[in-house]
Amino acid sequence: MTAGKPILVLGGGIAGMTAAIEAAEAGCEVVLIEKAPYLGGRVARTHLYFPKLCPPACGLEVNFKRLRNSSRIKILTQAELVELSGSAGDYAATVKIAPRYVTSACTMCGACADLCPAQRPDEFNYGLSKTKAAYLPFAMAFPDTYVIDRPSCKEACTACADACKYGAVDLSQTERRETLQVAAVVAATGWAPYDAARIDGLGYGRFKNVITNAIMERLAAPNGPTGGKIVRPSDGKAPREVVFVQCAGSRDENHLPYCSTVCCAASLKQAAYVRAQHPDSKVAIFYIDVRTSGRLEDFYASVAADPNIGLIKGKVAKVEEDAATGDLVVRAEDVLHGKQIALHADLVVLATGIVPQTQGLPAGFTVDDYGFVGNGKAGLYPAGCARRPEEVSASVEDATGAALRAFQCVVRSAHHG
Amino acid sequence: MVKKLGVYICSGCGIGDSLDTEKLAKVATRESKIPLCKVHPFLCGAEGAGIIRKDLADGAVNTVVIAACSPRVKTDVFVTGQEACPTLLERVNIREHVAWSHTAKDEDTGMLAADYLRMGIAKARKCEPLEPVSETISKKLLVVGGGITGVTAALAAAEAGYEAVLVEKQPQLGGFVATLKKRFPAAAPYAEPTADGFPEQVQAATYHSKIQVFTSARILKTAGQPGMFDVTIETPAATTEVRVGAIVMATGWKPYDASKLPHLGYGVSPDVITNVDFERMASAGNIARPSDGKPAASVLFVQCAGSRDKDHLPYCSSVCCLATLKHATYIREQNPEALVYIVYKDMRTPGLHERFYRAAQDHPLNFLTKGEVTSVGSAPDGKLAVTVGQTLIGESIELRVDLVVLATGMVPVSADGILNLTYRQGPDLPVLKHGFPDSHFVCFPYETRRTGIYAAGAVRAPMDSVRAGEDGLGAAMKAIQSVELAARGQAVHPRAGDTSFPSFFMQRCTQCKRCTEECPFGALDEDEKGTPKPNPYRCRRCGICLGACPERIVSFKNYSVDMVASMIKAIEVPEEDEEKPRVLVFMCENDAYPALDVAGFQRLRYDPGVRVIPLRCLGSLNIVWIADALSRGIDGVMLIGCKFGDDYQCHFIRGSELADRRMENVKETLQRLQLESERLELTQLAINEYGKLPELINGFMERIRKMGPNPYKGL
Repeated sequence: MTAGKPILVLGGGIAGMTAAIEAAEAGCEVVLIEKAPYLGGRVARTHLYFPKLCPPACGLEVNFKRLRNSSRIKILTQAELVELSGSAGDYAATVKIAPRYVTSACTMCGACADLCPAQRPDEFNYGLSKTKAAYLPFAMAFPDTYVIDRPSCKEACTACADACKYGAVDLSQTERRETLQVAAVVAATGWAPYDAARIDGLGYGRFKNVITNAIMERLAAPNGPTGGKIVRPSDGKAPREVVFVQCAGSRDENHLPYCSTVCCAASLKQAAYVRAQHPDSKVAIFYIDVRTSGRLEDFYASVAADPNIGLIKGKVAKVEEDAATGDLVVRAEDVLHGKQIALHADLVVLATGIVPQTQGLPAGFTVDDYGFVGNGKAGLYPAGCARRPEEVSASVEDATGAALRAFQCVVRSAHHG
Repeated sequence: MVKKLGVYICSGCGIGDSLDTEKLAKVATRESKIPLCKVHPFLCGAEGAGIIRKDLADGAVNTVVIAACSPRVKTDVFVTGQEACPTLLERVNIREHVAWSHTAKDEDTGMLAADYLRMGIAKARKCEPLEPVSETISKKLLVVGGGITGVTAALAAAEAGYEAVLVEKQPQLGGFVATLKKRFPAAAPYAEPTADGFPEQVQAATYHSKIQVFTSARILKTAGQPGMFDVTIETPAATTEVRVGAIVMATGWKPYDASKLPHLGYGVSPDVITNVDFERMASAGNIARPSDGKPAASVLFVQCAGSRDKDHLPYCSSVCCLATLKHATYIREQNPEALVYIVYKDMRTPGLHERFYRAAQDHPLNFLTKGEVTSVGSAPDGKLAVTVGQTLIGESIELRVDLVVLATGMVPVSADGILNLTYRQGPDLPVLKHGFPDSHFVCFPYETRRTGIYAAGAVRAPMDSVRAGEDGLGAAMKAIQSVELAARGQAVHPRAGDTSFPSFFMQRCTQCKRCTEECPFGALDEDEKGTPKPNPYRCRRCGICLGACPERIVSFKNYSVDMVASMIKAIEVPEEDEEKPRVLVFMCENDAYPALDVAGFQRLRYDPGVRVIPLRCLGSLNIVWIADALSRGIDGVMLIGCKFGDDYQCHFIRGSELADRRMENVKETLQRLQLESERLELTQLAINEYGKLPELINGFMERIRKMGPNPYKGL
C-alpha cells in the first residue's frame, strides 16, 4: 500500500492493541497511546478467559511479540490525547505524555525497586496490594520498563537513580507534549467496573467479604495480591459458600440501564475458579436471565452441570453481615418457586458491569446517553468496550473492523493528499 | 556466506556477579576457536550496542552471538532483520535462565552458562541467512456471499483501494437482511426497530468500479494459495476463472429445519410458523393466520424452538429473543389490541437493548414468561391450544391463540461445496464446533486453519445483522493484511513477519504422508504417489512438518533438524561418576519459554542440570532429537508445551498434541533400548503457570536421579 499518515489509536487494551497491530501488519503507520504505563488494559488483569479458561497472557505474549516486531508502531504510554483538530485524512492530535522517570535503557534488573524505600497501592490489583514506588506493573508487562510513581516517593529521595547502574532512572523528566499529524483516530478507551459502593443494600465497601467480579479476577490470578488464592478478605480463610449476584447495578435504571453482556459468562467462569480451588465449596448464582449467547451455551451447560453450583432466578434484595464472623446472609427472591430466601455466604461476589471510559474524548466523537461512543465525524472510529459492552473476542473483531475504516482514511489521504 | 562469528557477553544485570564471564569467554575463544569475543558490562547500552555495530560495519563479524538477557527483551537494541543488522543473530539467555535462577558462582551455574553458549554458537554456525522470496501476488479479494457481511466486506475493501470479486448464489445481492421489514434498534436509545441504509449499500456494491459481482453463481473450484488463489466461478451465463489473493467466506446461515419440531406443532397446523416465515409475512404487509387468512388477534412466540436443546441445536443463536421482540412491535403496529405471548428460557437481549426489552415487557398486552412449551395442537374452536409448563407461576397453563411463531435458530452455511478447495485436507474451511468455522482463540477471532481464508458473519458464529456487517469489515481487514504480508514474503499470524520458508529435500522423501496429514493449515498437497507438494504461502512456519518427517527432509534456513541436533551435541555431558545428571528440555517458545523467563525474573530457583531448547511449536519436535540426546548420555528429556484437548491453547492448533502422540512411539523405542520410558516426559503448561516450573523441573530431576544415570553415557 501507499505509505500515508499514521493512524492514532487511543487505548492500549486488547481493542486498541488489536487495532494498532492489525493496521500495522497491513502496512499502516500507527501511533498507539495508552494512559497507563503498560499495555494490556483490563485483560492483563483478568485471570482466565471464558469459555476456554485460558490465560490472557498467552495472547498478550503473541501481541507483544507482534508489537516488538513491527517497526510501524510507535507506542506512547502514560499518554493522553488533549486536543484534536482537522478532518478525515488530516487530523492534528496533541498528546500529553507524563514522565515515566525511567528511560528505555532500563534492563528490568530490578535494582531500583529493591532499594526504593517507598510504597504505593497497586492499582493493577485494585489497591489490594502494594508495590514499591519504583515498580514494574506486572511480571510480563510491556513495555518492559520500570516506572517511578513520583507522588508516592519519599521527599528528595534518589535511591532508585542511585541504584541504577545503567543510568536509566531520570528523575528530571517532565511532562511533554507532542503534536501528531494523523489520518484517522480509533477510540479504544475501554471500560471500568461500575462502582459497586453506589449500590444500596449489597454491602460493598461496608462488608469486607463482599467483593466485585473484577477483584475476584485478581484474587484468582497467580500474579494477584494473594498469589492466586481465592480467600475471604476479612480473615484470609478459604470460602466454603460463595454467592454471585448477577446484574449488580446493571439492567437497572438507577445505575446502568443496560446489560453488560459479559457478566453472566464471567460469573460462571469464576464459579469454576472457586470450585476448582475449593473442592468442598458450594456456589449459588442469583440471576435475572443467564445470558450466554452463541457458543457460550456449551460453557454454561458444562458449568451448570456441577451439582455444587446452583443457579437461582431472582434478584438479590439485600446482603447482611454478621460483624463478629464476617459471614454474610444474602436475601433474595427465588422467582421460580415464588418465595423469599436467605442464603448464608462466606463470600459474596457482585457481578458489576461495564462503564465506558469515554470522558474527555475530543469533540467530533459522539457519546450517547449511556456514555458509549458512537460513529462520529469521518475519520473518527470507536472500538471495543468504549463503543458497547462486549466480550474480548467481540472487542477484537470490532477493533479489526475499526482498523480497516481508519486504513481507508490513510489510503484516501495518501491518494489525495 | 563465509561466516565470521563474534560472541558478545554481557556481564550486567547480575550476570557478572553470578558467572565468571572471562571463563565463559574462553568457551568461545578456546573451545570454539572464535577469535572475536567481547565482554561488556552493559551490552544493551549505547556503548555496548555500538561495539557490535562497529564490528559489523568493519566486516570483522557477520554472525553475532549475544549472551545476555532473554531473546524476548531488548529486541529493539539487538535487532535482527534486513536494514539494521544484515546478518545472523543468536541470543543466548544467560540472564533469566542462568544468572537469575541459579546459585551465583556455583560450578553448576557456570556449566549451565557454558553449555548455553556452546549451544548458541552451534546454532549460529548452522543458521543461514534468509533469502527473500518474491512471487507476483494478487491483491484482489474474493468475497463469497452477497449478504450484509459480504457486501460490507467487499465495499470496505474497495474503499481501501482493493479490488473485490463478490460471488452470490441468489440472483441478486442482499441476502437475508434485504428481506427484513426492519432491523433491531441500532443506535441510542435502542428503543425502536430501524429501517436502515442497507439497500443503499447493496446498490453501492453492485455498481462499484472496484467490485466485480457474480450473481446466481457458485464456486466450482478454489486452487492455489494466498496471493495466488485461482477460483473458478460458474454462473448460468459463463464459467470464469479469477485470480485473487485472499478470501472472505460470508456464506451466512439458514433457519433451522422446523419440520424437526413436530412437538411444537410445526406441520400439525398451518398456523404454526417460524420467525422467518413471520418476518416475510410482516414484510408483505399483513400478519394473518395462514389457515384462513383471518387476522391474528393473539400470537404466541416459542423461544429457543430447537435451540439450546441437545436434540436439535445445542447452542443459542443469539438473535431470536430480539427478533421476537421486534416481531411483537410489528403485531402492535397492525393491531394495537392483539395479545402477544412470549415463552422463553432466558430473555437474551444483551448489551444496549435493555430498554427495548423493557418496553416490550411493560406493554399491558404483552405476556412474557419463563417456561417451556410442551405441546401445540388444534383446539375445537379453530385456534391453537398451547400448553406451557414450568412457568413463573409454577404451574402448567393452557393458552388459546391464533398463531404460534417458533423462534428457530441459525444454522451456518459452512459446508457442502462452498469453496471447493483443491486441498489435500478437504474442500471446506474446517469447522470448530456445531458447523461454525469459527476461531478457537478468544484473542484472535479471525484465526483460521486455511491461511488467507477468513470466515465472517453468521457462518462464523451466530450474530445479528449489525455485528455481521462489522464482522465483514474485520475479515476484510485480515484478508487485506494477508495479501500485504504475502507480497512481502511474510507469514501471517501468529508468526507475522517471519520470512523463513520450509524447504523439502524431495530426493529422500518416502511418501509417508505424515507431513501432509499433520500440517494444521493444509499447506501441503500431494501428488498421486503421495509426494508432498508444498504451497509456501499457505505455510505458517510452525515447523510441524519438520517434526513429523521421519526422513528429516524438511528444514528452514534458521530452523532445522540438523541445527537442533548440533545444539544437543554441543551440550557437555559429565561422566557418570561426576553425578551431574543432564536433562534436555524442549519448550514451546510461545508460552513455556516466556513462562521460564518470568520464573527467572521472579528469581525462582530450579535445578541447574537442565538445558532448554526453545521450539517454534512443540509439534515441530523431531523424535530424532530425543534419540540424539539419549544416545549422548543425557539422562532425561522433558517436553513442555501448550495445553491440548478441546480447549487447546496451542497457537498452531495441534502442535503439542502431535508431539504427545509422537512420544508414544518414542517410548516404545526406549523400552526396546532398555531405557526407562520415564526418562521422557511431556507436560502441558499454560503461560501463567510459571510458578509451577521449578517444582516441575526439580521433580523430574529428582526422578531421574533416582533412576540413575543413562547407561549410554560415555559410550
